[in-house]
Amino acid sequence: MPRVLGTRSARIGLAFLGLVTALAILAPWLATHDPLAMTTGQVLKPPSRVHLFGTDQFGRDVWSRVVYGGRISLWLGFISVSIAVTVGGVLGLMAGLYPGRISGPIQWGTEVLLAFPGILLTLAVSAILGPGLIQAMVAVGLSAVPFYVRLVRGTTLAITSEAYIEAARALGGDDRRIALRHVLPNISGPLMVFISIGLGTAVLTGSALTFLGLGAQPPTPEWGGILAEGRNYMRQAWWITLFPGLAIMVTVLGFNMLGDGLRDALDATLRG
Amino acid sequence: MFAYLVRRCVLSLLVLLGAAVATFLILHLAPGDPAQLMLGDVGATPEQIRALRVQLGLDDPLPAQLGRYLWRAAHLDFGYSFYSRQPVAAELARQLPATVELSLAAFLLAVVVGVPLGVVAALWRGRWLDSLATGGAVVGISMPSFWLGLLLIFAFAIYLGWFPVTGQGGLDRLVLPGIALAVGPGALIARLVRSSVLEVLRKEYVRVAQAKGLSPSRVLVRHILRNSLIPVVTIAGLQLGAMLSGAVVIETVFARQGVGRLAVTAILAKDFPLVQGVVFLAAVIYVTINTVVDVLYALLNPTIRLR
Repeated sequence: MPRVLGTRSARIGLAFLGLVTALAILAPWLATHDPLAMTTGQVLKPPSRVHLFGTDQFGRDVWSRVVYGGRISLWLGFISVSIAVTVGGVLGLMAGLYPGRISGPIQWGTEVLLAFPGILLTLAVSAILGPGLIQAMVAVGLSAVPFYVRLVRGTTLAITSEAYIEAARALGGDDRRIALRHVLPNISGPLMVFISIGLGTAVLTGSALTFLGLGAQPPTPEWGGILAEGRNYMRQAWWITLFPGLAIMVTVLGFNMLGDGLRDALDATLRG
Repeated sequence: MFAYLVRRCVLSLLVLLGAAVATFLILHLAPGDPAQLMLGDVGATPEQIRALRVQLGLDDPLPAQLGRYLWRAAHLDFGYSFYSRQPVAAELARQLPATVELSLAAFLLAVVVGVPLGVVAALWRGRWLDSLATGGAVVGISMPSFWLGLLLIFAFAIYLGWFPVTGQGGLDRLVLPGIALAVGPGALIARLVRSSVLEVLRKEYVRVAQAKGLSPSRVLVRHILRNSLIPVVTIAGLQLGAMLSGAVVIETVFARQGVGRLAVTAILAKDFPLVQGVVFLAAVIYVTINTVVDVLYALLNPTIRLR
């Protein structure tokens, strides 16, 4: 950890993430209004002391919607990455530990899923699951699985070809013991880098899904959704579009910079 | 080299076969009866639904349906759209040129800006120009393209009035969506070019070239750029494929025609044949680009070419 904090990139990333997380956790105290409450006399009001980020077309307070939106967008990121790490980690570990009969189909499946570029795989899963927040979490998570399979399989293969694993096997260590005692601790470094950047990508993809109408449904205050609602009022009310977008960018920037910092720290560790 | 090419092409075909099976599953994993969906909300009788199921072969065993689907997919026949009742292939052919136009424009912009930015950042490593370029790149990668698109519309179309807000046709309608789509991939290319140039700068042959008294520009072009840009070909190629998925969002933001927007409307309308067609088309284009890039990389890189 001290080595991670030694990189400027990680410090800035953690500062951004700390800010966003604090806003999300403290949302009930920081929100000045009910994020769902509509006020007919307060429609499309510009930022002011009463409404820090102005109001939207239904008179809802944009600041309150953005801070509550943080909870949903961060949850979406964490749940979907947890799905991807769990499913991808298990499949990758199996493919790495058992080359041949098990590895072949897993590798082929991974290559096939990687043939659908970027958000298209997420869209294909969404087409099956239908619109909704939970569905979006699952779609974003499942579409990230092939990346984790590839990472974990590659790292497992590299580790299991080391002499000390052969020694562990020769001493009678079974596969489960080797996976838990030797592979997992060694894989944690690259996996942390991947998870950090993956969290940023998940927040970005999740908000894009909601923006397209396939994620959290109105009136849920999700950042991509607030943006989508604001785009029709850009001429009169730029603030509805500006602030949720800024929130997404700061969050993704935070995860990306933390990931960069972790990678630099890890490289330094590997170099000694 | 020939053996490598053959192996690479066979692998791509196997992946495409898998992609076709995956798109086949979309229709069968989705909730609801396809025949019911196809007949819509017009109050079809159970007999009509049953007749359509027979006509579409939906009551046949799954392997038979898959075989028929693969045969048709090989001929780019994905049946008819549930809603427009037009052949899916015709819909795709109508929308594809707009997406290709936008993707190529954005790709060109990403390369033209990203490569020099990466080179300059590497040559001035640790100076303010490097900090500006690397900082700008990480911001570019983190920026949601749909938000950037909306900001560009607000600044340059609504506020300044320099460009049309949305729509199709003419170079002026391509500028803003092109920029919005190019920023992320351009930033990624800049980062990779920077690290690739930095790695080559450390090589001994560069120091030898400098020690021989060659002019800095000659060392840069002949020794540094020629070697450092080889790995960039792979990444740039992958980015061209990724433009297809970026177009999904950008076409929606700018209300442009294209396969990306078609995909979103098809998913929202549960028009599954259209979804299958778009997703499979994207896989075909992406896998083809990746194969071409791999072959190009092998041709450019003597260590692979001579193997």
